[in-house]
Amino acid sequence: MALLEISSLSKAFGGLHAIDKLDLHVDRGEIVSVIGPNGAGKTTFFNVITGMITPDEGEIIFDGADLAGLRPNQILALGMARTFQNVRLFPNMTVRENVMVGRHTRTKAGVFGAILRTPAFRAEEEETKRKAEETLSFFGTRLVGYRFDQPALNLSYANRRRLEIARAMGSDPQLLLLDEPTAGMNPRETLEITGLIGKLRDEKGFTVVLIEHDMRVVKGVSDRVIVLDHGSKIAEGPYDEVAQNPDVIEAYLGRPATGTA
Amino acid sequence: MSLTAAETTELLPAREVQLDRAVRVGLIGGLTAMFIVTSGMLETFDLRMIVDPILSLGYVTLMAAPFAVGYVAGKAPPVLEGYAAPSVGARNVQAGAIAGALTGAIYALYALIIHVLDFSSVFIKLTEQTKKIVTLDMGAGGVLILALVMAVSGAVGGAVHLLERRWKRAVLYSAFWVVMFGLLEVLVSQIAFVRRISAVKELLYGTDAGLTLIGAVIIGGLVFAAYYYLDGRVRAATRRAMALEGQQRRRFILISLGVAIVFLAVLPQILGPFLSEVLDLAGVFLLMALGLNIVVGFAGLLDLGYVAFFAVGAYTTAILTSPVSPKWSPELSFWTAIPFIILAAAAAGVMVGTPVLRLRGDYLAIVTLGFGEIARILFLSDALKPYFGGAQGMLLIPDIDIGPFTIDDSISFFYPIYAFVILFAYLSYALQDSRVGRAWMAMREDESVAEAMGVNIVAAKLWAFVIGAIFAAIGGALFAHKIGSVFPESFAILVSITVLVLIIVGGMGSVPGVTVGALALVALPELLREFAEFKFLFYGTLLIFMMLNRPEGFIPSRRRARELHLDEVEQDAWLAQAAEQDPAPAE
Ligand SMILES: Nc1ncnc2c1ncn2[C@@H]1O[C@H](COP(=O)(O)OP(=O)(O)O)[C@@H](O)[C@H]1O
Ligand SMILES: [Mg+2]
Repeated sequence: MALLEISSLSKAFGGLHAIDKLDLHVDRGEIVSVIGPNGAGKTTFFNVITGMITPDEGEIIFDGADLAGLRPNQILALGMARTFQNVRLFPNMTVRENVMVGRHTRTKAGVFGAILRTPAFRAEEEETKRKAEETLSFFGTRLVGYRFDQPALNLSYANRRRLEIARAMGSDPQLLLLDEPTAGMNPRETLEITGLIGKLRDEKGFTVVLIEHDMRVVKGVSDRVIVLDHGSKIAEGPYDEVAQNPDVIEAYLGRPATGTA
Repeated sequence: MSLTAAETTELLPAREVQLDRAVRVGLIGGLTAMFIVTSGMLETFDLRMIVDPILSLGYVTLMAAPFAVGYVAGKAPPVLEGYAAPSVGARNVQAGAIAGALTGAIYALYALIIHVLDFSSVFIKLTEQTKKIVTLDMGAGGVLILALVMAVSGAVGGAVHLLERRWKRAVLYSAFWVVMFGLLEVLVSQIAFVRRISAVKELLYGTDAGLTLIGAVIIGGLVFAAYYYLDGRVRAATRRAMALEGQQRRRFILISLGVAIVFLAVLPQILGPFLSEVLDLAGVFLLMALGLNIVVGFAGLLDLGYVAFFAVGAYTTAILTSPVSPKWSPELSFWTAIPFIILAAAAAGVMVGTPVLRLRGDYLAIVTLGFGEIARILFLSDALKPYFGGAQGMLLIPDIDIGPFTIDDSISFFYPIYAFVILFAYLSYALQDSRVGRAWMAMREDESVAEAMGVNIVAAKLWAFVIGAIFAAIGGALFAHKIGSVFPESFAILVSITVLVLIIVGGMGSVPGVTVGALALVALPELLREFAEFKFLFYGTLLIFMMLNRPEGFIPSRRRARELHLDEVEQDAWLAQAAEQDPAPAE
C-alpha cells in the first residue's frame, strides 16, 4: 500500500487555484521529485499535507491514517517531517537545540519531570542530546564539535539548509519533505546534497519527496517525477520520460519561468 | 603570530569623532536642561543635598545633561573591521566642549526668557523658587556661570575618553556612587553597623541628608580604589570558577550556595525594619517578574494583564484565611491555603490562556490588557461584593506561622518571600533547561515552525500561562498576608506595566537580569519617596534609554543578546549573500 495517498486535493487563495484536484501517491522507500514552474503550487502542496494550511477539499491518507483536521504537530508525530523553501530555523537556539526540538514528539518529559529532575527526565534528556548529535554527524564534520553549541544564525547558508534537514530527521519520520534543498547553493554543495538525498533513503530508510528546481539533482536522485502546473499534475513518470513530455516542455518554456513563486 | 589576509591589507582611515554630531547632541542636551527646569525636577531635587552644602541633587541633574552629551559627543564611532582605530586626543575634548557649551547656551537663553516672559500659567512648575535656582540667585551673572560650568562639564565628559579603560571605569563609577550614596542616606544610615556607631554616620553625612565633603572624598576614593583594583580580576575569577569540573565544581556550587543562604539569613537583621520593608516589596514584585519572565521572556507571549493573577492569589488567600471573609470563611492558615491558591491560579491561567490561544503579538497584548482590567473591575463590583467585599476589600488577613515563629513584621516577612524567590528562580532555570523550555523557546522564535516540528502549541502556551499565574498568585498571597488586607485598587494596570518594565530593563529571559531589575527598580523609588512624582518619568526615560542602547536588558540572557545585537551585521551579510545566490525568488 502507498505511504501517502492523495485524492482530489484542492486549495484556492481567493480566486487562485493553488492546488487543483490533485491526485497522487508516494510509495514506501521511493524518492519522488515534484517539479513545476514557479507558482505551480508545489510549496502549497507541502503546506497542505503537513497541516499548516487547511485544504478546501480532498483526502490525504498517510500511513493508513486520514489527516483531515489534524494539527501540524500531530501530523509530524505520524511521521511526516518537512524543511522550508526559505530556511526557517530557530535562529537563536543552538544547532543541537534545533535538532532536539525536532525530537519533541518522540519524547515525553513534562513540567514535573523538569522541575523534579527525575531519573527518567535525565535519562531522556541525555538520550535526546545523544540522538541529536548522532543525527548531526550524518553531515560529516560540518555540524559537529563546537558547532553543536553555536546559535543557528551563525551558520553559513548551506549549513542552515543542512541543519533544517537534520531537524526534520530528528523526529524519526517515515516521510521527509524537502522544499528546494539546494536553492542558493553552489554546484559543489548541490552535488553533495544530491548524494545525501540518496543516503537519506538508502542508509536511513526515509521515503523522500523533493521539490527541486535543479534538473541535475532531479535526474540524479528521483525514482519518479511529478510535474505540477497551475496546481494540477500534468505529467508523471521516470525523469527521462517526463523530460520528453511536450506538455512539460510547454509549461516550462511556454511562459516566462519567473512568476511570483 | 602569523598575519591573516585581513591584517596585511591596508586599513581604511579611521572614522573620527564628528563635530557636527557634537552640535546635534548639544541641542538635545539643551532641550534636556530646559525640561529639567520646566518639569519642576530642578526645584524638587534642589531640596536634596548630595554633597552638603555645596552641591544639591538639582544641580547634579542639571550638570549631568551637559556631561552626558559631552561624553556621547566625544565618543569615537565604533571601530569597524578594516578601519584603523581612531586616535584619542584634543578632538574628543573639543567635541565634548562644543556639545556642553551648546547645552549651556540654550540653557542660558531659556533662563533669560523665563525671567522676561511669564509662562507660569502654562508651566506651573516654573515658580519663583525655580527661577531663583536657575540663576544661582545671582541674576544674569549666575546664569552665565552655570552656562560656563556646563561647557566645562561637557568638555570633561569628552575628556573621559582620553582615559585608559581601567581609569575611565574607576572615575565614572566613583562619581556615580558618590551621587548614589549622597542620595541614599536612608539606606546607609539604617544599616545595623552604622546605626550602632553613630560616628560613622556623622563622618559621612551632614545634617541635611547629603554627604559631607569628607564623606564624598572617602566614598569616591574607596569606590575608585575598588574599581581600579578589581578591574579584570573579578572576570578572571568568574572564568576560573566556571571552568571547574566534576567534584570541584560541585563543591564550589555548594559553598557559594551556603554563603548565599547565610547572607540572606542575616541580611534583614543587618538592614533593619525599614530597609527590610523595601526589600519585601521588591521581593513581591520579583516573584511576579519571575513569573512574567516565563510568559513573556521564555514563551514570547506578551501578557499585559498579568496583575490579574496577582489579584487572584491575594483574594484566594483572603477568602480562605480571613475570619471576616464575607461569604465563607474556613480560616485556613497560609500554608494550607497554598494548594488552593495554586489551583485557583492555574484555573485563572487556563481561563485567560484558552481564549487567546490563536492570538499573536499585538492582538494578544490588547486582549490580555482587557483581561487585567476585567479582573480588577470584577473584584470591585457590587454584584460580587458578597464574595470579595467590593471597594471595601477584605480585612484581617492573618500573619503567617512557621512552626513556633510568627511572621508578622517586615524583617520576618523577608524569609518566606525570598524563600519563594529562590524556589521560583530554581524552577525558572529547571524549566528553561528542559524539553518544555525548548518548546517555549522554539515557539517564541517561530510559532508555526515550532508547531510543524511537533511542539503542541496549545499545551506549551497553557503551561506558560499557568506557571506564570502560579508565580504571581503566590506573590499576591504573600502581599496580602503582609499588608493584612486586600483592595481592588492594588491591582491596577500600572502593576502589570511596572512588572513588564522590570523584566525589559533587567533582561528578558534572564533570571539574574530580572532579579537585578526588580530589586533596583522597585527598591530605588521606595528609598526616594520624596521624588515619587517623577517615578514614571524615570521608568520611561530608562526604558527609552535601554531600547536605544541595550535592548537586550541590563543582564541579558545569552540568547537575547545575540538576537538583538551581535550578529545583526553577520545576519544581514548572510541575507544579502543568499539573495544574490538564490536564483528562485523567495517564497
Ligand atoms: N498563503 C498564501 N496566500 C495567498 N496566496 C498564496 C499563499 N501561498 C501561496 N500562494 C499563491 O499560490 C500560488 C502557488 O504558490 P507556491 O505553492 O508557493 O508555488 P511554488 O510552486 O513556486 O512553490 C502562488 O501564486 C502564490 O502566490
Ligand atoms: Mg515554492
